[in-house]
Amino acid sequence: MVSAQKGQVRVLTGNAVGAYGAMVCRPEVIAAYPITPQSEIAEQLAQFKADGTIDAEYVEVEGENSAMNVVLGASAAGARVFTATSSYGLVFMYDALQEASGFRAPVVMVNANRETPGIHAVSSGQQDMISARDTGWVQIIVENDQEILDQIIMAYRLAEDNDILLPVMVNYDGFYLSYLAEAVEIPKIEDVDAFLSPLKKQPARQRLVPGLPIGCGTHGIEMGYVEARYKHCQAMERVKNKVDEIDKAFGDYFGRYYGGQIEEYRTGDADIVIIASGSATGTAKTVVDTKREQGLKVGLIKLRLFRPFPAERLVKILKGKKAVGVIDRSVSFGWKYGPICMELKALTADFGPMPVLSYIDGLANLDITIPHIGRVIDEVDAAARGKPYQEVTWIPME
Amino acid sequence: MVIKHKNIFITESAWSNTDKLLLCLDTGSWRTERPVLDKEKCNYCGLCALYCPPQCMKDMGEYYEANLVYCKGCGICATECPRKAITMVSEGGFTDG
Amino acid sequence: MLAARMLASAFVAEGKYVASFPMYGFERRGAPVVAFTRIDDKPIREKTQIYNPDCLIVIDPGLLTLPTLFTGLRPESVFILNSPKKLPKQPNENLKIGGVVNATGIAVQEIGRDIPNTCLLGAFAAASGWLKLESLLSCLKDYLSGDILQRNLKSAERGYREVEVTKW
Repeated sequence: MVSAQKGQVRVLTGNAVGAYGAMVCRPEVIAAYPITPQSEIAEQLAQFKADGTIDAEYVEVEGENSAMNVVLGASAAGARVFTATSSYGLVFMYDALQEASGFRAPVVMVNANRETPGIHAVSSGQQDMISARDTGWVQIIVENDQEILDQIIMAYRLAEDNDILLPVMVNYDGFYLSYLAEAVEIPKIEDVDAFLSPLKKQPARQRLVPGLPIGCGTHGIEMGYVEARYKHCQAMERVKNKVDEIDKAFGDYFGRYYGGQIEEYRTGDADIVIIASGSATGTAKTVVDTKREQGLKVGLIKLRLFRPFPAERLVKILKGKKAVGVIDRSVSFGWKYGPICMELKALTADFGPMPVLSYIDGLANLDITIPHIGRVIDEVDAAARGKPYQEVTWIPME
Repeated sequence: MVIKHKNIFITESAWSNTDKLLLCLDTGSWRTERPVLDKEKCNYCGLCALYCPPQCMKDMGEYYEANLVYCKGCGICATECPRKAITMVSEGGFTDG
Repeated sequence: MLAARMLASAFVAEGKYVASFPMYGFERRGAPVVAFTRIDDKPIREKTQIYNPDCLIVIDPGLLTLPTLFTGLRPESVFILNSPKKLPKQPNENLKIGGVVNATGIAVQEIGRDIPNTCLLGAFAAASGWLKLESLLSCLKDYLSGDILQRNLKSAERGYREVEVTKW
């Protein structure tokens, strides 16, 4: 029984949805710098501030490093904060990202996935998210516009939870989702208040107060540092179950469930599985359905939680399967496999020996098409039946 | 893996020769209007060349002229010219675009 | 790519599911753009570019010389073209319906600028028959207001009424 009222349905792009998602959560401090393909979010948030829709301190910053430092400082003082970036911007705030997680500041940020510096690519790809995977942030990847909005709400519920207190990055594909216009239901702000209200019943988190002589992250010598890191890693472990709990609570309240750490699409009785993330998973579901009609027992794992890596649930699904293919929208310098494939391979001892096929596709605005995904499924199927297979395939290079 | 892709770059890293057309970017074709100079008004101050974002103004000795292979028609030269010697004219009227 | 979004809104107003996105590299006016729009009675999951369209809307008539313009068109497709000239013959065997309108001309008259998009949307609604004019007009106010809204409403309506439709 859905408790929430029906929200307003509007046709919005992924970027605009990001701004609405922030708006319904009542952020208190926002600092965001525009960058393709996210600029519309910064513009929409400024518009909301200008017309009074959002009652927040909107700090105009000269760059993303400042943006993250501003929201981090505000968060340390107890404010609910929001920012947004992509690619070069994410990289520009690299030190501040780590300050935020080291502070255990519950910053919520959306990242419109775009290729990183080196070769000037203003185009879609997950390299920016990958380049920030060890910054200590929770990282979640979404498939469509509605999920961007819903995940932002869930992100605050997760980040500010007393058990967690970690910054959360919501990733969505630049160009393919950031500019994708779809009909989206915007929840009523009272319903979002209600959904986030359990946070108010928790003990207030430690915060900076003028006049009070306290600091954070300043005494990181020897065991002070070790203890802080240990607690951070333990919190990361707790994120996994918490994500599943919050997803269930969200679904119960608003009527939309996403599966938590992972969405399992027809994996139950599948012989083989493919793993993908982001907008490509939408396409992949269509291909899985087509292959199933042709008699192939294939399932899709839509990876939502990337950091922490949903090891336990992945192992549980993959045990007993005959082969798995992973589609990465990024590369891992130093490993021949794609990054998500490489991390999955770390679990092979747990889910059993089976062919693990790595596919790299969808870099630099190149499309992950229906024929591409069909080919991945066919090759994983052949590998499952004992045929020789290629460990790594860069689909665009072939 | 059988690679069918034919390399675009001849060097190991992504160097490209910028006095030929920048890789794949025929920016002149993006134009919807082009700058037209009234030579009588021009005093060869060079401000248009200084402000031009793609730096495509050619020095003709007594005046500057936009290189139409790259000129994107942004109109900044027309705005900055202190003599108002440059006018932006719709591409539709030209046949050489 | 406001036009693609307006189209999306119009179909949503009729109870359809829509997903629409453009493909380009840099954020500024004047760069060449393609927009892909999917319309369905059920939720749309595909997020790829469109390779086999049922309808092609061409805003720049100069593109008619592009040899790959009609590649991948499904049989019995619809073609909408912004041009002051008529189509001399069936441009491609996969086309069933063609709608030509001088959207640039109408836009310059009604809006005062070469922004033919709303006019073309009107033409699309008429030629394809997939969208009611009222749905399209009612959505424009979500994107425009005041005088510019009125001008675009006129432009869209003229597109609807003045498009020359040929059936092959």
